[in-house]
Amino acid sequence: MTAEAAPSVSLDPSRRRRLAEFWYYFSENRGAVIGLWVFLLIVLVAILAPVIAPHAPNAQYRDAVLLPPFWESGGRATFILGTDAVGRDILSRLLYGAQYSLFIGVVVTTLALVGGIVVGVIAGYAGGWLDTAIMRIMDIILAFPSLLLALVLVAVLGPGLTNAMIAIALVLQPHFVRLTRAAVMGEKNREYVIAARVAGARPMRLMFRTILPNCMAPLIVQATLSFSNAILDAAALGFLGMGAQPPTPEWGTMLAEAREFILRAWWVVTFPGLAILITVLAINLMGDGLRDALDPKLKRS
Amino acid sequence: MLRFLFKRLAVLIPTFIGVSIIAFSFIRMLPGDPVALLSGERVMSPERHAEISHQLGLDRPIVIQYLDYLWGVLRGDFGNSISTKAPVLDQFFQLFPATLELSICAIIFAVVLGIPAGVFAAIKRGSAFDQSIMGAALVGYSMPIFWWGLLLIILFSGILQWTPVSGRISLMYFFPNVTGFMLIDSLLSGEKGAFKSAVSHLILPTIVLGTIPLAVIARQTRSAMLEVLGEDYVRTARAKGLSPFRVVGIHALRNAMIPVITTIGLQVGVLMAGAILTETIFSWPGIGKWMVDSVFRRDYPVIQGGLLIIAGIIMLVNLAVDLLYGLINPRIRH
Repeated sequence: MTAEAAPSVSLDPSRRRRLAEFWYYFSENRGAVIGLWVFLLIVLVAILAPVIAPHAPNAQYRDAVLLPPFWESGGRATFILGTDAVGRDILSRLLYGAQYSLFIGVVVTTLALVGGIVVGVIAGYAGGWLDTAIMRIMDIILAFPSLLLALVLVAVLGPGLTNAMIAIALVLQPHFVRLTRAAVMGEKNREYVIAARVAGARPMRLMFRTILPNCMAPLIVQATLSFSNAILDAAALGFLGMGAQPPTPEWGTMLAEAREFILRAWWVVTFPGLAILITVLAINLMGDGLRDALDPKLKRS
Repeated sequence: MLRFLFKRLAVLIPTFIGVSIIAFSFIRMLPGDPVALLSGERVMSPERHAEISHQLGLDRPIVIQYLDYLWGVLRGDFGNSISTKAPVLDQFFQLFPATLELSICAIIFAVVLGIPAGVFAAIKRGSAFDQSIMGAALVGYSMPIFWWGLLLIILFSGILQWTPVSGRISLMYFFPNVTGFMLIDSLLSGEKGAFKSAVSHLILPTIVLGTIPLAVIARQTRSAMLEVLGEDYVRTARAKGLSPFRVVGIHALRNAMIPVITTIGLQVGVLMAGAILTETIFSWPGIGKWMVDSVFRRDYPVIQGGLLIIAGIIMLVNLAVDLLYGLINPRIRH
């Protein structure tokens, strides 16, 4: 009776051992550790953007339009990575842009993950016609190229960051549904589930407390993949003019604004894209490490 | 095999109906009057409104409207574009060869580089070569291709001046459109320099569109190869004293190709999504740019029709890949 009230989580030795084991396999992958550090650095940059950015992201310096980075002739030390066509400091915009990209990744992944888990658990646990109907709907969503469907959804909902995030989450969600369903179907006839059912656990408890925690490994890997996909797709929509709207310092939107200056001012194009690439690459490196650490098949034991 | 085909079709048809319902209903989900949206006329008298509404069949029950639309689609009638008044399907066929040509070149680029890279990375597992190939593949996989395209333009069109910035061929060449494929048409025209111009226009878009498939194929080939190289029959082949080339090239590669072919088939969706960005960057007059332009012009019949046609094509290609997979790997037919 009192066992439930005890703070058992942090003291549970098996959980700690599992975590240690996970870290052992994760840290074997050098790329994954580098990815993790870079990602943490980006998170830090996003949090500290107001402190470390030399200028306000939307401050326009009329006397400093399209200045090159400071190491090129004509560059100024106050604008380290140069300025854009209306005299805004590119470095400051990039630092603030990290906030948007991480925000997009977190929101989209959470929406897709939670939605996908709920629908997938129901499909896998219920089976029968409900399962068939849900999976057909997921097939339909997957029949469209994701960016095209997101583009059209944003055209319906109206351009903007919020709608872009909803559209991308909707497009990414079927992958979670499929994974969850497959995992639940693999688990639901195992002995511990039957034991829990015999002990009188209700379907809700069976689905989300008994089965789900044992299906998390592939979902975590897919979540990292979705995180990077969300950042890429949101940037692509921003680039097409359908995502975050100017003057938001979102990296894709910055690229869209920079396009016409591409042959005159290489820096307005180069740096925002580099920021996207580094962020996505860091997350994908981490994803590879997570997959190796969580997938027992690949473990070299 | 025939039963396998029917089983796949039995899944495909309901999916296609679902896709058509989505394409049909999204115009009705838009804020605003569907009559105005579908006709493109913003201001009209009540009589005109009723007339168009009747003309487009919008005054009938929604289920009838849908069946009507589906019946039209089955006969190839996807409605007319608001901005050009031309039938959507005609426009599609006019623009599709450009996208097809680019996609074929991109997938050839990806396969020709990706499979050898993956094979050699697997053979030399853990070597510096393996690590740099896999590192490059991960960078390619993480690449925002719209930025990649802009970078290549800066380097090859801006600084080196080797390639043109946009379009399919230089404006100085004009010849009849026979196949719709610029590479073939320019050769057929016999005009000097036309083929060269077409190739130089095609290079950068091909690289940009092929980058992600290249990365995916290289990674998939490597892991499939690693799996196969550990199999008993490969060890047997080695023990028999076959040359390493024969072991890898004939015994291992053949079986490793099975998952790779599926991966290549799955790239069709990636190519279509990539075409949207690639064609926008290079002003390539294909389906991707057509869709983006239509979204901006609010040309809803085109968006609706294009969405349905593209999804249909992807589904058919996936079906073809499944069948091919069944042919080369008889185990899964059952």
